[in-house]
Amino acid sequence: MSAAAIPLSETQRPWNLPYRGKVAMAGLIIAEASIFTIFVVAYLFYMGKSLTGPTPREVLETPIFFTICLLSSSLTIHYAGKVLQRGNRSAFLSLWSFTIVLGGLFLFGTGQEWHRLIYEQGLTISTNLFGTTYYSLVGLHAFHVTAGMIMLVIVAIFAFAGRVGTKHSRRIEVLSLYWHFVDAVWVVVFTVVYVLGR
Amino acid sequence: MSSNTITIPGIGVEEKPWLETLHEWVTTVDHKRLGILYIVYGLGFLVVGGVEALIIRIQLMHSHNDFVSPQVFNRMFTMHGTTMIFFMVMPVLFGFANYLVPLMIGARDMAFPRLNAFSFWLSAFGGLLLYFSFLGGSGLYGAGNAPDVGWWAYAPLGARAFSPGHSTDYWTLSLLVSGFGSIGTAINIIATVLCMRCPGMKLGRMPLLVWLYLVMGGMVLIAITPLSAAQIMLLVDRYLGGHFFDTQAGGSAVLWMHFFWIFGHPEVYVLVIPAFGFLSEIIPVFSRKPIFGYPVMVAATVGIGFLSLTVWAHHMFTVGMNSYANSFFAITTMAVGIPTGIKIFNWIGTMWGGRIQFKVPMLFCIGFLFQFLIAGLTGIIQASVPVDWQLSLSYFVVAHFHYVIVGGILFATFGAFYYWYPKITGRMLSERLGKWHFWLFVIGFHLTFDVMHIPGLLGMPRRIYTYEPGRGWDTLNLIVSIGAFIQAVAILVFVWNLIISYFKGAKAGSDPWDAWTLEWSTSSPPPAYNFATVPVVASARPLWDLKHPEDPDSQYE
Amino acid sequence: MQGVKNTIRTAVHLFAFLFCRMTTAAAVDPTGTNVFAPQSTPARSILHLSTFVLTITGLIFVVVFTLLVYSISKFRATSTNANSEPAQVYGSTQIELAWTIIPVLIVVVLFMATARVLHAMQDAPEPANALEVTVIGHQFWWEYRYPKLGVVTANELHIPVSDAAHPTPTFLQLLSADTDHSFWIPELAGKTDLVPNHPNRMWMDPERTGVFLGQCAQYCGTQHAKMLLRVSVDSPEDFADWVREQRQPAVADERVAAGRRVFETTSCINCHAINGTVANGRFGPDLTHLMSRTTIAAGAALNTPENLHLWIQNPDAIKHGSLMPAMQLSKSDLDELVEYLETLQ
Repeated sequence: MSAAAIPLSETQRPWNLPYRGKVAMAGLIIAEASIFTIFVVAYLFYMGKSLTGPTPREVLETPIFFTICLLSSSLTIHYAGKVLQRGNRSAFLSLWSFTIVLGGLFLFGTGQEWHRLIYEQGLTISTNLFGTTYYSLVGLHAFHVTAGMIMLVIVAIFAFAGRVGTKHSRRIEVLSLYWHFVDAVWVVVFTVVYVLGR
Repeated sequence: MSSNTITIPGIGVEEKPWLETLHEWVTTVDHKRLGILYIVYGLGFLVVGGVEALIIRIQLMHSHNDFVSPQVFNRMFTMHGTTMIFFMVMPVLFGFANYLVPLMIGARDMAFPRLNAFSFWLSAFGGLLLYFSFLGGSGLYGAGNAPDVGWWAYAPLGARAFSPGHSTDYWTLSLLVSGFGSIGTAINIIATVLCMRCPGMKLGRMPLLVWLYLVMGGMVLIAITPLSAAQIMLLVDRYLGGHFFDTQAGGSAVLWMHFFWIFGHPEVYVLVIPAFGFLSEIIPVFSRKPIFGYPVMVAATVGIGFLSLTVWAHHMFTVGMNSYANSFFAITTMAVGIPTGIKIFNWIGTMWGGRIQFKVPMLFCIGFLFQFLIAGLTGIIQASVPVDWQLSLSYFVVAHFHYVIVGGILFATFGAFYYWYPKITGRMLSERLGKWHFWLFVIGFHLTFDVMHIPGLLGMPRRIYTYEPGRGWDTLNLIVSIGAFIQAVAILVFVWNLIISYFKGAKAGSDPWDAWTLEWSTSSPPPAYNFATVPVVASARPLWDLKHPEDPDSQYE
Repeated sequence: MQGVKNTIRTAVHLFAFLFCRMTTAAAVDPTGTNVFAPQSTPARSILHLSTFVLTITGLIFVVVFTLLVYSISKFRATSTNANSEPAQVYGSTQIELAWTIIPVLIVVVLFMATARVLHAMQDAPEPANALEVTVIGHQFWWEYRYPKLGVVTANELHIPVSDAAHPTPTFLQLLSADTDHSFWIPELAGKTDLVPNHPNRMWMDPERTGVFLGQCAQYCGTQHAKMLLRVSVDSPEDFADWVREQRQPAVADERVAAGRRVFETTSCINCHAINGTVANGRFGPDLTHLMSRTTIAAGAALNTPENLHLWIQNPDAIKHGSLMPAMQLSKSDLDELVEYLETLQ
C-alpha cells in the first residue's frame, strides 16, 4: 500500500487494541449471563407456584460456609494472578492450589446438600416446580463451576511441571475472569434461592 | 494498489491428490476457506429447504388436496422453517462474515482460527443431526420421524405427552449444538473487530459491514442463549421429569413462548443486520458516492439492536397478556421501525445525486429497498394490537415474514454473492444469467408473496395441511404455488451461474467494481496471508484516498 | 429504464386492483371468513382501526416509493456522466433530524389510536345480561359449556344475536385440555388463544343471525387443519329453543335399544358422554344431541349416516391422525349403533 495518501501522523501513531483473549472471555461471559438470566427468571416466576411437595422454607438450609469458600476462591485466584505477574511461581502454585481446594469444597457442599434433599427430604427434579427450577439453576451453576475446575486443574498440572511463567499472565487473567463470573453468578443464585425464595 | 498484491511465486501450484485437498479443507483454520465452507453448506440447505417449501405449496395448491399426509406436511413446515433460518441464512451470513471481516479490517485472519473451525463444524453437525431425524427419529410406533411441532415447538406440544418418540429431541439437540457454534463464531467476530484492526482503522473508519457484524455478534450472544436455555429446560422436562412447561403441574406454556420469542425476535434482527451491511457496502459503490450519514447508520444499527430486545411479545398478542403488556409491546414494536426507516432513507440519500450503475448486485439491492419497505410497513400494521388479533397466526403473517426474509435478506444476500464472488473466486459471475436470476426471482417472489397476504385477510390460518373449498382460498393458493416454482427456477439459474462462472467467468482482477474498502486491494482470490504488508488507513475509504489523492476522505474527517 | 418504470406502475395497479376486488367481495360475502366483513363490534372496531393504520402506512409507502423510483431514474449513470465521480456527500444533520422526527410523530399517533381501541376491547366490562360460554379446546375438537344454563355440547356453538339497542353480548372463557389452540371467527372478532393453565376471555355481539365460520388458528398437532369452527347466531327465540332442547337428557327410543346397548358396552363410554345413559366420558365430544349438529369431527365431514359409519369404523379416512380410534365393530353392531346415534336429536 503506497503511503503517499496516508498522512504521516497515522503511521506514527501508537496503535493499541485490547487483548483478544479478554474480549473473547467477556463475550463468553455475556452469553453465559444471558443463559443464567433465563434460568433465574424461570425460578422467580415459579416461586410459590408449586402445586405440591416440599417448599423451599421446609427443606433448604443456607450454605453459608460453602458460599464463603467459593467467594474466597475469587480472592485467591486474583492474588495468584498478581504474584505470577511479579514472577513468584511458588506463591502462584500455593494460591492456585488453594483456589482449587476452595472450589472443590463448594462442589462437595453442593453434592452434600443435594444428597440430603433427595434422600432425606424427597425433593427431586421431578417432584414439583420448586424441585425442577432449583436443581436446574443450582445444577447449571455447579456445571459451570466444574468446567472451571477442570481448567484450573489443567493449569495446576502445567504449573507443577514448571511450565507456567510470567508470560502466561494474560491467559491466567482470562481464566480468572471466568472464575470471577462463576462466583458472581453464585451471588445472584444464592440471593434468589436462599434469600428471596424462602 | 498492486504493490499490495505481491504473491510469493511457486507456492501451491503443483498438482495435489484430491484426498489431500479434501484433508486440507476439512482441517482448515483459514477464515477464507471456512467462509466458503459455511456458504456452500448454507446453499445446500437452501435447496433442501426449498424442496420442502415446494412440497408445502403443491399440497396447498387446491383445497382438500392429498399430495402428502397431514403428518408429512407438518414435518415439512417444521423442517422448512428450522432449516432456512438455522442452516441456510445463518451459515451463509456467518460465511460472509468469516470471509470479509478480516479482509476489510486489514487483518490476516480471525482472532481465533481454531475456534472458528470448531464453531463451523459444530454448526454443520447440528444441521446433519436435524436431518438424521428422518431416519432415526421414530420412537413409539407412529410417532413420526422428523420434528413436526413447528419451528417454535410451543409448549406443551413439545412435551413428552404430545410428542412421543424422538423427533422433538432432534429439533432440540440440533439447535442446541449449532447454537453453541453460533456463539463461538459471534465471540470470534467481536474479538476480531475489536482487537485485530490494522493501524489507523479506528472504529469510525471501519466499513459499515464490519460495524453491522459487530452488532450482530453482540446480539447473537444475548439472543441465541435464551433459546439454548429454554431447550435445556425442555430436555429436563422430557427426560428428567421436570415441569418447566408442564401445565398439569402448574407450569406455564406462556413461559416457553416468552423464552422462545426473547430469542426469536432478536434472531430475525441477527439475520437482517448483515443484510443491511451488504446494502451499505454495495449501494455506495454502484452509486459512486459514500454512504449517506455513516455515524447515523451506526447509531441506528445499535439502536435497532437494543430496541429489538424489547419487542418480543408482539408474537404473542393473541395469547392473553393484559392490555398494559400489549400496549408496551405495541409501542416498542412501532419504535423499532424508526431507526429501520432511517436506514432506508439513508440508502436513498446515498443514491440521491449519484451515478447509479444497474449491475446485478445493485439490482438486488434496489429490489431489497422496495420489498423491505413493504415488509416493514406490514410489520407496523401488525404492531397495532387489535389489528393483529385478526392478522396473527394467518397467512398474512407468513407473507410478511417471507417478505422480510426472502424479499429483504435473501435479495441482499444475492447482491452480496454477485458483488464478492469475483473476490472469492477471481472470476465474474455472468451478468446475463444474473439478470435472468433477478427478474425471474422478482416475478416469482411477488406472485407468491404479494398474493399470499390475501388468504390471510380472508381467514386462512397458517400451518394447515389442507383447507375447505368455498372459502375463496383456492385460486389464491394456486397463484402462490405457481410463484414458488418460478422462484425455484430462478434459484436453479443462480446455482448454474455459480458453477459455470467458476470455470468460464471473466477474470476479475483485484478490483472489478472500482470500490473503496480494503478487501479490493488484494488479489482475487486473496493469498492465504491476505496482505503482503499490513495496511495503514486514514479514512473509511482507503482505496478512494489512493485513487483520488487530490480529494481524499481523510481530509474531511 | 422506462420499461422498469412501466413494470412497476403495472404491478402497483395490479395490486391495487386485487385489493379493491377483495374488499368489495366482502360486501357479497361468499366466504364467511373475511376480516373486511365484520358482523360484530370487536371485528368492526378492528376494521376501523386497520383502515386508519392502512391509510397512514399507505401514505408512507407512496412517499418512499416515489422517492425510490425518482432516485433510480433521475440519478442513473449515463454515457455522458459516467466518466467522472459525482459530488461526494457524506450526510446532512438537518435531513437526518427531519426524517427522525417525522417518523416519531407518526408512531405516537399510531400508538395512541392502537392503545385506545386495545383497551376498549380488552378491558370491556361484562354486562349482567351477557351470555357466558366456556370454550375448552381439545385436540382436535371444541367443547362448549354454558355454566349458567346447564348445557354441554361440542363443535357447533349457538349464541344469540345482539340487538344494538339492547346488547346481549356473548362472553367466552377460553380454556384448554391439552395443547394451545386459538378461536378465530374473523367476521365476529379477532382471535384469542386457548392455552392450558392460562384462562383467557373474549367477547362478541353478532349483529345478524346466520352461520359464521372459522377454525383453530394455533398449531395444535396433526389435525389442526380440521379443527373447524361453526357458530350459529340465532334469534332470541331460536336460541331459547335450542337451549331447552340441549338441556333435555338423550332421547330414549326403544326401537334402537340394540344400538344403545352396543354403545354402552363398548369403549365408547370411556371418551363420550350421553346424558341419561351410563356414559360420561369427557375425552371426546358430548353426543347427547349429536343430531342437532350439521357436521361431525369438528366440521371435517357432514353429519350423515354414511359419514357416521365411516367415522366410527375408520376415522383416519375422514381425519387422519385424529384421536378417535377405529372401533373395530362388526357390521351389524355398527349399523345398530349408527341407528341409535341417529335418534339423538
